[in-house]
Amino acid sequence: MLQVWKSFYARSDPAKAYSLLSPALILVTLAMLIPLGLMLSFSFFTQVSFTEIDYSFTIQRYIDFFQKNLLVSLLIKSVKISFIVTFVTLLTAYPVCYYIAFYVKKNKMLWLVLLTLPFWTSYLLRVFSWKIILGTKGVINSSLINAGLLSEPLTFLMYSETAVIITLTHAWAAFALLPLYVSLDKIDFSLIEAARDLGLSRLETFWKITLPLSLPGIIGAILIIFIPTVGDYVTPALLGGTDGRMLSNMIQAYFGKVNNLPLGAASATIMLITVAIVTMIVSYTTKKLTQRIS
Amino acid sequence: MNNSFIQINGISKHFGNVKAVDDVSFQIKEGEFFSLLGPSGCGKTTLLRLLAGFEYPTSGNLLLDGSDITALPPDKRPTNMVFQNYAIFPHINVEKNVQFGLRKLGLTNDEIIKRVKDVLSLVKLEGYEERYSSQLSGGQRQRVALARALVRQPKVLLLDEPLGALDKKLRDEMQLELRTLQKEIGITFVFVTHDQQEAISMSDRVAVMSEGKIQQMSSPNELYKNPQNIFVSDFIGETNFLKANTGSKDGEYINVNIEDLGSFKIKNNLNISENASEVICSVRPETMMIDTEKSDWDICLEGKIKQTSYLGEMTKFYVETKEIEKIITVSSQYFDNQSFQDSKCFISINLADISLLNKK
Repeated sequence: MLQVWKSFYARSDPAKAYSLLSPALILVTLAMLIPLGLMLSFSFFTQVSFTEIDYSFTIQRYIDFFQKNLLVSLLIKSVKISFIVTFVTLLTAYPVCYYIAFYVKKNKMLWLVLLTLPFWTSYLLRVFSWKIILGTKGVINSSLINAGLLSEPLTFLMYSETAVIITLTHAWAAFALLPLYVSLDKIDFSLIEAARDLGLSRLETFWKITLPLSLPGIIGAILIIFIPTVGDYVTPALLGGTDGRMLSNMIQAYFGKVNNLPLGAASATIMLITVAIVTMIVSYTTKKLTQRIS
Repeated sequence: MNNSFIQINGISKHFGNVKAVDDVSFQIKEGEFFSLLGPSGCGKTTLLRLLAGFEYPTSGNLLLDGSDITALPPDKRPTNMVFQNYAIFPHINVEKNVQFGLRKLGLTNDEIIKRVKDVLSLVKLEGYEERYSSQLSGGQRQRVALARALVRQPKVLLLDEPLGALDKKLRDEMQLELRTLQKEIGITFVFVTHDQQEAISMSDRVAVMSEGKIQQMSSPNELYKNPQNIFVSDFIGETNFLKANTGSKDGEYINVNIEDLGSFKIKNNLNISENASEVICSVRPETMMIDTEKSDWDICLEGKIKQTSYLGEMTKFYVETKEIEKIITVSSQYFDNQSFQDSKCFISINLADISLLNKK
């Protein structure tokens, strides 16, 4: 019997594939698929009282979501903040990666490691340290006041959308570096020289050659930053105040203090779908856009 | 015909302590097929990149068609380059690759279309307009690179070992084609290669480089028949070196005492001084004769064949003689490895085939 099984196994590629995949498959099923399924089903239930849930099927929670202006505006704000964070991160990370890929000759890895050094501390610690920098008595305000440039501290720095954007940008920059660097480093420098040889200026060469060829890295970076920041709730909770609150903070409340599990689940599902749609649109248009300029 | 179309005046390029190009001066004629030949690291590619504008010289200046281009960036120079790895843009198709360099020339749409069509037929790539680099063979990529550079009608085409990545058969074909193409369009070609056979077969003139300097610059025939020094003699073709010293001069000739062989009168092309102790005689393998019997040539030595390599059109014999310490290489189109019953043979040399070189 064992012999039969062994010879079957040796010949069957699917059998090998599934046995190698099984640890990951089991984990994904237990930790992702089941919770996701539970969340989906909860979004079709009704919270009758504080402890009681009506398990009959309804899509009323989704209707509730779109009837509450607060939730819709928080969703829009979450997407907007994420867009700004993604854009600013790309804008700051791209030149750094460009420099390392094309101008650093030795120890490229060391440069990358040094750049990611701040990210070896915990995410929470970094969020808290921004509090020290941005707060009313923080580094920026006190030095500006001491220098006599301000009489009152700048209030928009702390507990605001700005604070959330600054902190999230810094927090996710390291994750943008890697895909950008890899795609830029793969570009054969003679392609850039060839474009210059064929009469293009530095800037034109960048638009026509470097940017389109680094597109895979740009899309990768966009997805890596956009997806997790839409759902981030630590930073807005700690630094956002009322102005910087995002949808995830509301979802957390529905599952906690407010105790409306079905509405929380519906909000989370809507967020998931929104992220999926936005992601698809972004990668599609980025691709189209660079096709046009090349 | 402009004899000093490209003027290279005292050009040096240093990378840190390394003198990649070391005070080089020469001129290239208009319409010439000029090759820079040398082993890797000799500075030939750096010199080409200096001409293209990818590097700027540490000192010296470059003139092209009378105007100083030393400080011009690559996009402002009337030169175009065929890269070693072809550098075909992978994200656009062949047609767009070829069009790429035309956008900035201020041509009308009709002119662009016509030029692209003409150049693609020149390099025999009609029908490949829609292909991408990844869908082309090495030889086709090479043609795209050539078309992309030629379509701009540059004053000078720079070629950086463009045939290096092709297999032997295709390389031979492309050598002929490139040569024909250059004659047809009449553009000045500056061709970099490490392959001496390639340089010799294609070029009007060749500059042999080593350690950042030009060792010799002449026509391929001159290079082969009258090498100026040991480096050139060794690098171009194959040769046997014999140690010697000189005696007195006798007109065009000089008395030479070749080690272990005796005294001979040899033509003194390089004007080597009398009583020089360190001189080298170079004898090409194909100028010697190998036979089973003694000959009446100027020098005839009995020897033993230690090894042979059969190359089809000829055979190389590695012969040991009593007189000379080194193994002598002789090639023959007449005899092959099966011609000799035992290893005994006679090798003959004519004095006219011995060239005298200074030991540096």
